Amino acid sequence: MNFLHTALEQLLGRLRKLGAVTLFFGEILVRCPAGLKRPRLVSAQIYASGVLSLVIIMVSGFFVGMVIGLQAYDSLSRLRQEDILGAGVALTLLKELGPVVTALLFAGRAGTSLASEIGLMGATEQLSAMEIMAVDPLQRVVVPRFLGGAIAVPLLAAVFSAIGILGAYFIGVVVMGVDGGEFWSQMQEYVDPEDIWEGVWKSVVFGIAASLIAVYEGYHAPPTAEGVGMATTRTVVTTSIIVLILDYLITAFLL
Amino acid sequence: MAATRSRELGTGLFIFLGFAALLFLATQTTNVDEYFDQSGYEVSARFSDVAGLKVRAPVTLAGVNIGRVERIEFDNDRLDAVVTMRIDNEFDQIPDDSDAGIVTAGLLGSKFVGIGPGGSESYLENGSEIQITQSAIILEDVIGRYLFNQSPQDGGQQ
Repeated sequence: MNFLHTALEQLLGRLRKLGAVTLFFGEILVRCPAGLKRPRLVSAQIYASGVLSLVIIMVSGFFVGMVIGLQAYDSLSRLRQEDILGAGVALTLLKELGPVVTALLFAGRAGTSLASEIGLMGATEQLSAMEIMAVDPLQRVVVPRFLGGAIAVPLLAAVFSAIGILGAYFIGVVVMGVDGGEFWSQMQEYVDPEDIWEGVWKSVVFGIAASLIAVYEGYHAPPTAEGVGMATTRTVVTTSIIVLILDYLITAFLL
Repeated sequence: MAATRSRELGTGLFIFLGFAALLFLATQTTNVDEYFDQSGYEVSARFSDVAGLKVRAPVTLAGVNIGRVERIEFDNDRLDAVVTMRIDNEFDQIPDDSDAGIVTAGLLGSKFVGIGPGGSESYLENGSEIQITQSAIILEDVIGRYLFNQSPQDGGQQ
């Protein structure tokens, strides 16, 4: 009986949080048009979460591309089908790994810093100070960070996929000796513009989700050192789970 | 001031790089030209069985790619499949008594439409229909027929 009670309480807590995040999302969306009128604030955040994540995205993308290239080559060469390596790698990267791994890396690299930055602003009462000066902290602090992250993720995902394909080309064609012409022509044969759209859609949704979770957790962090730490952890955990769930839902919906 | 400038430059470069990557993906990994290509003329053909033929499959003549399958529809009255193909404009001298067959690349490969040229003086044009068609050969049927021919009743007569 007691167990049921706790389970119900947990479920209600989750639902309440889901509702709170959705309402928070609404509040941000309402302020987005005004936020875009100050593009410098947004571009500074694109720099912070996009440009500074570029190195980790490019290095990871190259190695992920190389390892898929190697694994796919190994599997395909058992079937004597090495020629379709390019198509397999491109579809994997464009539709799945590009958006998903980018969102996970973004949560670790940029989401954490967003959450802790906003959380610390709350803990040191900078947000309250803004309110006293009649500056809306949601407008001034949260919206630019949200927009910066949401704009950065799709671009990062595109860079990830492109670099990954080059990594696979390097392993498949340069190292393993697959024919370079077949690599590209089979890819062009099998990849449709819809596949690219699917990847772009996913990365847009993941970018919004990852940025929203990060700013929500930061904005609602308890104003203590422990609270800010917890908020950063929760950002990574929640983003990872939500991104993977959304990934399944979007795939099931679009296929 | 210098810091702001390099930061803006970095942001600009990042956005440029992101869109450049998208452009690379859109042009290099997929055949956009062909996909959105609406040039060429449409020719249709009726098949009693198109098993495995897919939209965008190649249409070939003498092994050369001359167009693509545009759509595959089902005719409710005649209970057969109508395959509409888009042939490139440069191939405008295909005789109108040519035949179309559904061919398999390799033993188990993907299906495509093969055109066999006829001898007529007039040519296929937009909207014309190829009259002589050969449906897809279904491997299971062939194997089934082969097995049937080898059955004891047949063999017993010899």
